[in-house]
Amino acid sequence: MEVVLAIVIGFLYGGGLYLMMRRNLIQLIIGLGLLSHGANLLIFTAGGLRKGGAPILADGEKVFSTIPADPLPQALILTSIVISFAVTAFALVLFLRTYQTVGTDDVDELKETETE
Amino acid sequence: MTSIILRTSTRYMFPPLIVFSVYLLLRGHHFPGGGFVGGLFAGSAFALYALAYSVSDARKAFRQDPRDITAGGLAIALLSGIPPLFSSHAFLTGTWWEVPLPMGGVLDVGTPLIFDVGVYFVVLGVLLTVVFALGEEE
Amino acid sequence: MLTLLSIIFIAALLAPFVHRLCPKYTGAILVTAPIAMVIWLLKKIPEVGHGHPVTESFQWVEKLDLELAFHLDGLSLLFALLISGIGSLIVLYTQGYFKGHPQQGRFMMYIIAFMASMLGVVLADHLLLVFIFWELTSFTSYLLIGFNHNSPDARNAALQAMLVTVLGGLFLMAGIIMLAGAADTWRLSEIIQRGDVLLAHKNYLPILILVCIGAFTKSAQFPFHFWLPNAMQAPTPASAYLHSSTMVKAGVYLLARLHPALGSSEEWTLILTTIGTITFLLGAIMALGQKVLKRLLAYTTVSALGAMIMLLGVGTSYTIKAMATFILAHAFYKAALFLIAGGITHETGGETSVDKLGGLRKAMPISFACAILAGLSMGGFPPFFGFVAKETWLHALDHYPLLVGATVIGGAAYVLVGFAVGFKPFLGKMPAELHAHEIPLSMRFGPIVLGLCCLAFSFFTGSIGHNLVQPAATAIVAKELEVHLHLWAGFNKAFVISLITLMIGIGLYCSRSFLVATAGRLGVLVKFGPDAAYQFLLNGVLKFAAWHTRVLQTGILRDYIRVTVLTTVALVGAALVRAGGFQRWENLAPVSIRIALVAILMISATFATVHSKSRLRSILSMGVVGFCMAILFTFFGAPDLAMTQLVIETLTVILLVLAFHHFPPFRHGSKKRTRATDIIIAASVGITISLLVLAALHVQTPTPVSDFYLEHSYKEAHGRNVVNVILVDFRALDTLGEITVLTIAALGAYALMKLKPKKEEGGE
Repeated sequence: MEVVLAIVIGFLYGGGLYLMMRRNLIQLIIGLGLLSHGANLLIFTAGGLRKGGAPILADGEKVFSTIPADPLPQALILTSIVISFAVTAFALVLFLRTYQTVGTDDVDELKETETE
Repeated sequence: MTSIILRTSTRYMFPPLIVFSVYLLLRGHHFPGGGFVGGLFAGSAFALYALAYSVSDARKAFRQDPRDITAGGLAIALLSGIPPLFSSHAFLTGTWWEVPLPMGGVLDVGTPLIFDVGVYFVVLGVLLTVVFALGEEE
Repeated sequence: MLTLLSIIFIAALLAPFVHRLCPKYTGAILVTAPIAMVIWLLKKIPEVGHGHPVTESFQWVEKLDLELAFHLDGLSLLFALLISGIGSLIVLYTQGYFKGHPQQGRFMMYIIAFMASMLGVVLADHLLLVFIFWELTSFTSYLLIGFNHNSPDARNAALQAMLVTVLGGLFLMAGIIMLAGAADTWRLSEIIQRGDVLLAHKNYLPILILVCIGAFTKSAQFPFHFWLPNAMQAPTPASAYLHSSTMVKAGVYLLARLHPALGSSEEWTLILTTIGTITFLLGAIMALGQKVLKRLLAYTTVSALGAMIMLLGVGTSYTIKAMATFILAHAFYKAALFLIAGGITHETGGETSVDKLGGLRKAMPISFACAILAGLSMGGFPPFFGFVAKETWLHALDHYPLLVGATVIGGAAYVLVGFAVGFKPFLGKMPAELHAHEIPLSMRFGPIVLGLCCLAFSFFTGSIGHNLVQPAATAIVAKELEVHLHLWAGFNKAFVISLITLMIGIGLYCSRSFLVATAGRLGVLVKFGPDAAYQFLLNGVLKFAAWHTRVLQTGILRDYIRVTVLTTVALVGAALVRAGGFQRWENLAPVSIRIALVAILMISATFATVHSKSRLRSILSMGVVGFCMAILFTFFGAPDLAMTQLVIETLTVILLVLAFHHFPPFRHGSKKRTRATDIIIAASVGITISLLVLAALHVQTPTPVSDFYLEHSYKEAHGRNVVNVILVDFRALDTLGEITVLTIAALGAYALMKLKPKKEEGGE
């Protein structure tokens, strides 16, 4: 199973980076999104895949009878998902403002800091 | 995007969505859910409203400036860290009280729950700040 | 000690405020701090003189073995007294020199902070503490030299002084670390008792060389001497203080301090004597042809520092006595002359050239009197203290005829400079265009006190020798010494040589115009000096930086990503190859049909996202990837994640759709070749990451922290949902940080959206 996920992660990274190297601002954002999916999945897979059920105690139990999925990567990823949403939102607004100010959405033309 | 179907369904969907988000928030400590998901749900309810009607209508429905909600949430989360300081524990150590209910039984109330409420409001506020700002852009 | 030191530092911090409150008495108020230090030090003389050093130590960073340790013995006492004593006079002098200058408070702050740092260098006992103060002196000296920051010359000189001394400081740091390693202690007071261990240690030579480079840069030894004359761009009080009597002696101090540990080897003698003598002669000879008051003094300072190193290098107890005496004599006459030179320039409206000055004796009688005292002491005329030092010195070099020869040449140059600064401006006819006044009261203290000391010390040679020189020399050689200084040691060889030196010196002074002219002709040689080498190196670094920036910082995002990504691939790839294959293929979760289907869907959605020419299709395909993520999370026991991912994915798509109609459709295609290259790069990243994931599988820490969370979640944190408990209880502080980041991101987005820059009206 891990092998399958490893391949998926590889595709997500490659696709994300390829999009980030294109010239459109929107593609840059989408690439960033793919890349963060890849990173999240990487953490998740590296933490170990266990089909032992969610790390949630059943009613009435005080300790886990079977080993559940690892809660730590989950907590990390939860944080990461929300943060990457904020990053996407911020990037979107930033690029929109850039586009309106500079008048181009071509990343290659953005190398000068002076606006005309 | 002003479809009658969307508007009508939004009108009926909206209150349950908000209630559901609060439900998610409160059950989060024991079941799947919590402040993050709760806040996101509530936020999407308003985002839906904004899509169905208009951003200014959604803003009116929300009543508050979302930035105030963000700040308020952050303040709640910060304040929830204070009580343990009085019993010489570290900042943000979970502290629990058992509140007897009038109907019998007890309710566990703890600072982590309050903290989660803070998270809920921050996420909601952040989401709406961005959605409203983008949506109002001409 | 720490208390007094802190008080001086605090005085420095308060200086600008004091100046604002009562600008007329800034100096008088601030001087109390160093004077307190002087009084304390004077009270400690008997105790230290009897071989009982004063020590103080406070724990600072325990884990790093770092202590605020201070140690006051004879050597530290001599230096500390000079620093705080002359420092007090300088603070008063500054008051008059910068009268009415709006930045006086700032200057006071720098100079007092410098004083405190310098005191720190000589008092600290912990090597790292010494280094910290050492660097602080470089830093404050930078601020002082560059005080007139409107002048490009001052800025360059400040930068040069800082680069040279800080570069030396790096060498010194390496030396210090190796030294502490070899001696197995950071305490100077312990290191100097381990001379045997160090001499036999395999790192002895590297340590010696590194420490020497540090000391030589600071003390302006050849070939690093060039920064000191350039540093004369500093306001005079700073030159007088830093570049004559204190900072430049830090290197001498350090080497003297380490003499018991590193001295008494052939290498030591060879390095120090050679460099010291070269510097001594070079400084003296270059001083001969100078025209500007302060540069005359600067070159003899370089020379004097060389002399100290030379005497230290010879390392007999006689030469060390002579060195300690000379330090004392030099500090007094040189500081006095600097202050007088500053006074002359100040009161004549900025005249700096010796040859344009003359006849000031009537206008500035007090300065003239002080100048005579200091000038004669510098020349080594009896009965001044400079003469006493010169006699001791010549006597100590009895068996070193070559060094005596050098001393005669150097001494003669000192006579010339002493005359040129002490007499020339005051005698003769006053040029018509010159107008001068006597220096104000606050500026008189320094020259008068220092000048009188030049003379008075000669009549208390016994007491000075016993109380100041003897403890210092004892500390340098680390064995009991008796020092008896004499004003009149009889008509002996040393006296004869001294007389010859004086005659040559007077002769040189008479032919000064010829020397200056010759120096002017030889000026071309500067092109080959170390100053030019410094410029060449500096330009080289700048050119390299410019080239480097041009090549790496193209301003095109694609290039940055390529460089970053390829570096990562290379590094990770190399690590993967080194780690060898992937042995543990067992324990993998079985492949289920459902997950395989989801995986195939994800890969195809990724392709669609990348390949699509339509924005909407691209965005939606990314949404599909996100939803598949949520499905994966559900399969592997992460319902919280699945839920969050679902909502976030929906919201992201909504956001992108809200925003994207403001953007034009995709229209900038890259060239085919660029695309092909990018595909190769992206593929290499993908493959590397896939391999990395496989290699990282089953790497388990012995006791995963998750076990703790699983066990204590319900018992202690009253929660059944462990993920949630981690977020809001165990790691609540992290979450607090995260929601703060969210808030900042939202406010940033809001500001970008709502606060539009005003359209420039009228146009350009």
